[in-house]
Amino acid sequence: MKNNWKPTMSRNSILGVFAKSPIKPLEKHIQLVVKCSNQLIPFFVACNEQNWSEAAKVRRKISKLEQDADVLKRQLRLELPGGLFMPVDRADLLELLTQQDKIANRAKDIAGRILGRKLEFPVSLQEQFNAYLARCIEATDKAAEAINELDDLLETGFRGREVELVEKMIDQLDEIEDDTDIMQINLRKNLLVLESELNPVDVMFLYQIIDWVGDLADLAERVGARLEILLARK
Amino acid sequence: MDILLNSGSILVIIAAVVGLFMAWGIGANDVANAMGTSVGSKALTIKQAIIIAMVFEFAGAYLAGGEVTSTIRKGIIDASFFVDSPELLVFGMISALFAAATWLLIASALGWPVSTTHSIVGAIVGFAAVGVSPDAVEWSKVGGIVGSWIITPLISGVIAFLIFNSAQKLIFDTDKPLQQAKRWVPLYMFLAGFVLALVTIKKGLKHLDLHIGNVDGYIYAAITAVVVAIIGKFFINRLKFDESAALKTHYANVEKVFAVLMIVTACAMAFAHGSNDVANAIGPLAAVVSIVDNGGQIAAKSAIAWWILPLGGFGIVAGLAIFGHKVMATIGTGITHLTPSRGFAAELAAACTVVISSGAGLPISTTQTLVGAVLGVGMARGIAAINLGVVRNIVVSWVITLPVGAGLSILFFWVMQATFT
Repeated sequence: MKNNWKPTMSRNSILGVFAKSPIKPLEKHIQLVVKCSNQLIPFFVACNEQNWSEAAKVRRKISKLEQDADVLKRQLRLELPGGLFMPVDRADLLELLTQQDKIANRAKDIAGRILGRKLEFPVSLQEQFNAYLARCIEATDKAAEAINELDDLLETGFRGREVELVEKMIDQLDEIEDDTDIMQINLRKNLLVLESELNPVDVMFLYQIIDWVGDLADLAERVGARLEILLARK
Repeated sequence: MDILLNSGSILVIIAAVVGLFMAWGIGANDVANAMGTSVGSKALTIKQAIIIAMVFEFAGAYLAGGEVTSTIRKGIIDASFFVDSPELLVFGMISALFAAATWLLIASALGWPVSTTHSIVGAIVGFAAVGVSPDAVEWSKVGGIVGSWIITPLISGVIAFLIFNSAQKLIFDTDKPLQQAKRWVPLYMFLAGFVLALVTIKKGLKHLDLHIGNVDGYIYAAITAVVVAIIGKFFINRLKFDESAALKTHYANVEKVFAVLMIVTACAMAFAHGSNDVANAIGPLAAVVSIVDNGGQIAAKSAIAWWILPLGGFGIVAGLAIFGHKVMATIGTGITHLTPSRGFAAELAAACTVVISSGAGLPISTTQTLVGAVLGVGMARGIAAINLGVVRNIVVSWVITLPVGAGLSILFFWVMQATFT
């Protein structure tokens, strides 16, 4: 009896009009993504100490978080059929989700590549690299902070002070990303000096890792840009 | 003619039983739509919602249900057509009630969101136009009623849009939204109280033989509204706010203030629903009683028998009490992504539109008006996601109900005619 009632009544009552909000799941998704990218810090700590078993453990954690984010992404896509009337454009929302998800994918790539080759940064570069990594992860944190404003944006009907607040966050995000670009150039320069002392294949991959870590900030910036487009429409 | 003298009381009893059943059905099923937004946004518990619905549905039905009842009773059909054969009108009205109640039952079982108003209007037009003669229908009035079904959701949507935007300007888009909410929310309570009280005083209390002057009416309405606002303010002041929550989520505390407002708009919604929808059950009954009491004469001016409005109110409350909690429970457990600041705008707009329509004697659909209001808030970018498929279903059910109600009514009419003559 009870099972018969549920679908019947929800269809019969006006509450069927209210579809599931995509905003909370979207916020939850970026929280997972950022948790994933933040794991890179303990990961590189373990790598620098050449504690490969610990590094492997952290990598599994990263991989698990990335999978969780993937599941949530797929679920959100399924729950956002056409025929929904939303305050934001559906395509923009899905694009934002895709960009968010790429951050977690990138974090997983980085951990996988490092661990697979037991790749090590030269000791003299480690401090500089850690600072660069921290700043890139800061960019992802900032993106999450902006996305977490979405529920407040809904409260204010996507206008007014709340929009200004989010735009300020996006500006800060852009600044962080600019910063990481400069840090990346310096890091590459210093690596270039050491190139002759290192295994050439390793050097190739070190450049790739530097690139990928930079991608974290780039992707975070793109999340901010998508959010801005989302706010600008309508 | 003889049939009315011989079996008049039996016909009245039949009509009363079916009318009561219809009212019961409205209470059991339709009220969930009126109260759903309040329960869905967690402003009210199921128990609170049922108590509010019982009190205010009855009050709305009894105090402000008269005008719509008159329209259903004698506004749709050209009474002069039945002067020589009043029994046809009695059969017809009973058939219409049977038809509407049956359709409501079937639709409820299948989970279709039909409107009781559409089914009863369709049923009355059906038996009159097909069972008797197309000339028996006051087509111009029917045109007006059907037109109101299109216009009222629009009006209610526009009002909801404006109310929501005003709340954004006055409260949400400010430096101190919580203080602003405490200041302005009683004003919305005043507005709800004023509109309801005014319509009740101006239009509803006619049958109670209270004669209140024009200016007096406004004064009494304003006094009622001020009392509502003061009581609301008292409860807002008693709220405890979580200071730590203010840092993380800016608007959690503001929503608490709106939750108090939603209790007021829920009362308004229940009142409005009672005032408009009670007529669907008792309008035809009132017509039957009036004809039988007058020994077959169709008196254009007779008042509604004193016991009819309370009977309708009682039926709705009984439906709520016996069955409504089940319907409400399914709403309460379903997750609705609706916060009180949105729900109130939709409810206030719908309640005002419905109660004004009730005052004007227009039988409109409460559900459709509420859906119009929800879309209005959606237009103001206030709701995360509205399921347009469900909105379409509601509109389709609206269109389908008219011919189905008419068809069933014609069928019952022929059966009754064959049985009694």
